[in-house]
Parts: sequence; structure tokens; C-alpha cells
Amino acid sequence: MDYIDPHIHMVSRITDDYETLARMGCVAMSEPAFWAGFDRGSVDGFRDYFRQLTEVEPRRAAQYGIQHYTWLCINAKEAEDVSLSRDVIAMIPEFLDRANVLGIGEIGLNKNTKNEATIFLEHLDVAAEHRQPILIHTPHLEDKYQGTRMILDMLTGDSRLDPDRVLVDHVEEHTIDEVLGRGFWAGMTLYPVTKCTPSRAADMIERTGGEKLLANSAGDWGPSKPTAVPDLIFELRRRGHSEALIKKVVYDNPLEFFSRSKNFHFNPRV
Amino acid sequence: MILQQSYLEVRAKLLEIAATLDRIQAAPGGEAVSGDHSDRRRIDTAIEILASDDSRRAARLQHLFSRPYDADWRKKMEL
Repeated sequence: MDYIDPHIHMVSRITDDYETLARMGCVAMSEPAFWAGFDRGSVDGFRDYFRQLTEVEPRRAAQYGIQHYTWLCINAKEAEDVSLSRDVIAMIPEFLDRANVLGIGEIGLNKNTKNEATIFLEHLDVAAEHRQPILIHTPHLEDKYQGTRMILDMLTGDSRLDPDRVLVDHVEEHTIDEVLGRGFWAGMTLYPVTKCTPSRAADMIERTGGEKLLANSAGDWGPSKPTAVPDLIFELRRRGHSEALIKKVVYDNPLEFFSRSKNFHFNPRV
Repeated sequence: MILQQSYLEVRAKLLEIAATLDRIQAAPGGEAVSGDHSDRRRIDTAIEILASDDSRRAARLQHLFSRPYDADWRKKMEL
């Protein structure tokens, strides 16, 4: 089955991973800007990173027939540095017309601080001004519920934003209803220990019917499994679910959400 | 049927938890990590939730291990 991974960090993966993903059916992916594992020292560091996301990764992906898209921002962790964050946010519009840029992301909260929330709100201003879709990172572990509620407060408090153009990622059992109930798209991240397993994701698909629900691997430089979406496909088939339901979550829903972006031009396999 | 299919996996995960609790208790100072320790209290509460008849155990466990949400956060942060 062809599938799309809507959240994966290929800058931190070797080229062999592109080949493996292509062999497992991945036809497209979207890569939000994230924390590289260290705090960058200057806006030029982000400029080079944005060039990697918009020039290098699409070329690497294309070698294996994968269409690569990206989202731009300064991530929640580095948002604690307000001065640097504002320099990066000022630079983002330079890149918004690049061919593979879908919108602003992955913005969000990390430890749910005032500085993080301040920069989150300033990203919303950029998204609203440039009419960009948004991809949201919700915090890890004990910070997730509090941070998700704070994020939803900020999103629903901004009348310029259309929930149908916002994907709130890394939902789990205690946040999924809060997100879907307010009309946003929701992403489940199949990531060991700190997030969700394919089995728990399958449970949430069964409970919600898969409406406005996506699944991703968030493969990155930490312990992660870029092939996690095929694991979910396998688990759903094992439970006897229809190909139509599985395709809805791993292919149709990502396509529908990405189509909210003016830069999304996808060539399906024929 | 789900019980039958998942029984060995659940058994393995419960054994892992049991062994971890044994390991904590056997470690130097382990006897001192009792119900007075907040992490240990949360684990004990989690085990009670697992043993309950609630059909939303996973969500309840998530809330147990979560920081609380304060609806007045914007006012407190002056945002």
C-alpha cells in the first residue's frame, strides 16, 4: 500500500533510510523544522537548516521516488531564546515560496513556559499574515496535557485561524478528543517510549473512525523507527480492518490536509 | 479472542513491571522508596487503575502522569 509519512525528520537519517522507506511503500513525506539535538547559536544556523530542508532533502528523497515537503519555524525548545526566535521568524517569509514548503511548523510548546508561548503566538501571526497552514508539536510526557490545552487555547483564541488548516501532532489518549472536538486535524506519533505504539494508535483509530486522523513515525536522531507507519498498517490488517480505512489514515487524510497548502502539488503513482 | 491473542504480551509486560519493582526494592536504599515517594505513589495508583473496571484506563493513566492544566494560565503569564 502506498503511504505518506506526514512527520519525519530526514535531515537526521541516512540515505539508506530513503531507500528502505521507498521499498515499504512511502511515496511522500513532510518534514517539519525541529530541534537538532543542540541549541543553534545564530539565525544563520537556521538559514542553512532551511536550505537543507528546501534544497537538499527533496533531492535526496527524489532519488528514491519520494516526494518531500517541509514546514518552517523555530522549534519550541529553542523558542526559549526570544531574541534569536524573533530573528528566525523574521527570516521565514523568505522561504515560504520555495516549492516544497507547506506552511509553518512544527511550532508548539516544550516545557510550557511564557517565552515558548510568546514565540508560539508570534508564529501564529506569520501564519495568519501569509495564510499558511500550521503543524503543531505538543509536549512530551507529563507536559503534554497541560501544553496541549494551552496550545488549543491560543489557537481557538485567534479568529484568523481555520482549524481545518491546522494539524495538532503527537496526540495520545488524553488529548485526542480535545483536538478533534475543536475541529483540528490530529496526528499520532508512533515513537518508542515517549509517545504512542501502533497498537494504541489502532485503538484510537477504532474509537474515532479515523476522521481527520493521521499517523507518523517522527523518525529523527533519537531512538525512533522510520518504518513505524508500515507497522501500523500491519497492525490494522491483523485486526481485520478494511483497506479503505487503512488507506484513509495513511494516505487520503495526509493528502487532504496537505492540499490546504498552495504549494502542495502531488503526483500520485499511476 | 483479543484476551487470548494478547495474553502472553500482557503477561510479559506485567512481569517486566514486577521485576522492576523488585529491583527497586532490592537496591541499596530501596526499602526507603516507599509510598511516601511521589513517583512510587503514582505507580501504585496506576496499578489500581489497571485493576479497575474502567474502560478508559489508558486515558486515566495519561492524566495521572500529567501536569495539571490551569485555565488561568494566560492571565498568570500576562499573555
